[in-house]
Amino acid sequence: MAEFTDALFSIFFVETLINGLLLGGVLALLSLGLNLVFGVVDVVWICYAEIIMLGMYTIYFLHVDAGIPVIIAAGCGIAVTTILGLLVHRIVIHYLLDAAPINQLLATGGLLFFLQGSAMVAFGIEFRNLGVSLGSLIVSEDIYLSWTRILCFVLAAGSVGVLYVFLSRSYLGAAIRAISQDREIMPLMGVDTKKLYLLTSAIGGALAGLAAALLALQYDVHPFIGLSFGPITFMICVMGGLGNMVGGFLAAFIFSELITIGGYFADLEWGYVLAFVVFIATMFVRPEGLFARKS
Amino acid sequence: MNNNIVIAAIGAILLSLPFVGVDSYPLHLIIVILIWSFAYTGWSIMGRFGLVSLGHGAFMAIGGYVTALLWNNVGLTPWIGIPIAMALSGVVAVIIGYPCFRFRIVGHYFALVTLALSEVVRQVIIATRDTTGGSLGYTPERHGEGWSILAIQSDDRVAFYYIALAVWAVGIVIWKAVDRSMARYALEAIWEDEDASAAVGVRVTHEKLKVTVLSAVMTAFAGAMYCQYQMFISPDTIGGVGISLQIVFAVVVGGIYNALGPTVGAVITLLLAEVLRIGIGTENICITDKICLNAAGVPLLIYGVMLVMFIIFLPKGIVGGVLDRWRGPAQTGPSKQP
Repeated sequence: MAEFTDALFSIFFVETLINGLLLGGVLALLSLGLNLVFGVVDVVWICYAEIIMLGMYTIYFLHVDAGIPVIIAAGCGIAVTTILGLLVHRIVIHYLLDAAPINQLLATGGLLFFLQGSAMVAFGIEFRNLGVSLGSLIVSEDIYLSWTRILCFVLAAGSVGVLYVFLSRSYLGAAIRAISQDREIMPLMGVDTKKLYLLTSAIGGALAGLAAALLALQYDVHPFIGLSFGPITFMICVMGGLGNMVGGFLAAFIFSELITIGGYFADLEWGYVLAFVVFIATMFVRPEGLFARKS
Repeated sequence: MNNNIVIAAIGAILLSLPFVGVDSYPLHLIIVILIWSFAYTGWSIMGRFGLVSLGHGAFMAIGGYVTALLWNNVGLTPWIGIPIAMALSGVVAVIIGYPCFRFRIVGHYFALVTLALSEVVRQVIIATRDTTGGSLGYTPERHGEGWSILAIQSDDRVAFYYIALAVWAVGIVIWKAVDRSMARYALEAIWEDEDASAAVGVRVTHEKLKVTVLSAVMTAFAGAMYCQYQMFISPDTIGGVGISLQIVFAVVVGGIYNALGPTVGAVITLLLAEVLRIGIGTENICITDKICLNAAGVPLLIYGVMLVMFIIFLPKGIVGGVLDRWRGPAQTGPSKQP
């Protein structure tokens, strides 16, 4: 017990909490686009993490092979994922808009295999590292904080803010919110739902690209990287209430703190187990998500 | 009458396969297909009622790992180990299923909760790597040479072929039994309208739980069989999200509303992967010095395209689609799609 309290008040525990907060930024950014697409188009893109993976490859090849500066490469990466987002909607989801939700989910699961297979065929299975590091912020002798993660945190918070303002203040945003409330009435009001769906998918893709840019700075790219953070991204969205941007943002931090605290007291895997078990338990208590408004 | 002759003929062909000079390799393929078919059949027992679980990788892993761990560490024979593993996976199914059904978690919410379950089991296996071997996999200890009835191990493919065949046949019989039972009507009613069926006296939670536990136990058994046959298991070959998705997709391709659908799905997907692996190989194909293509990814790529096409154009799967052509629509399965 004494060991436990010692561990609890140690400086490393504070570092763990801060790192959890920063990991939360990464997860929040990851789940943002998925959440938006779900809220508006009402389709879960199981292949979302694979779109991010392709964005990471784009950045890697443009920077390492073509020698283009990272910032411009990241911009191109975002452009590529935006187009991918459009294609996913136009080629697959468009034909399944009236199908059962599970069929839509399975179709994007097929895309997951397709994108993974394509990446494997085109790029092989090597782990590729961008080789760019932003260094660390040295807070004290014991505490180092990665600048990339701080940037992630700031960008995630910023994106949520921008998206929130866009959805609540702009004309297009109002249309998007309206369509997520009633998708049968909106077409009767003269709104072109197809265009709105495409626009949302493009924004979702662009957010995937933004996440890709920040992940490429921290992790090696390989065709199966999507599987390592894909499932957790869905769970965050569901826990926050699918389609609820702010809820997803907060849920990301709950997840990241659980993972890092679990990792602090035991192995990182147990951190994940803890987070997933809490997720399952939350679903039983609040099936609509932690932050869903009571209807 | 006609049907009985067909069944008898197919049965005779299957039983005589090892005697008509089928090589070791095709026999191996058939055994693997039979074991997976059993797992897929187990999934479709609940999947056909709209209970789409992405957590069956977890049940399969429990089946394989519990059996192998008990054998290696406690020396408990799989004859007892497999029932324990099946019971355990039944308990896990209740722990997840009961609250889900009680609190009306349906559709893709149910799919995502069960997805979390696959990940929990996979991460537990990796976290306890000192006992389970983690991602590197796990091997049950060999018990002597050749046949061991005590350990249910065998070098002899023919013997295992008959075991797998029997297991597969039992799977089909269970599927048919559920198809003919009252539970089927209850579950179809629940799927159409949960509130209405509860109002007329269908015990919603009870019925759903029954079919879920049956399905989980069958899948765990398939996991144990896979482990006994391959003598190697790892979180990626019998557990996790990958396997859970593989199970769902094979059934969707084959046909979800027919007894033989999951089997047809297993034959098509596993043969396709094997043919592509042999045909294209896993070597790099270099077009120029710089651009090399890795052929190992081709099966995955084709698999993905196939699934998307199936879900858009043939949501009832191959068997369902063919039967519709033959007998006219509305004969196979309810109007609703999974």
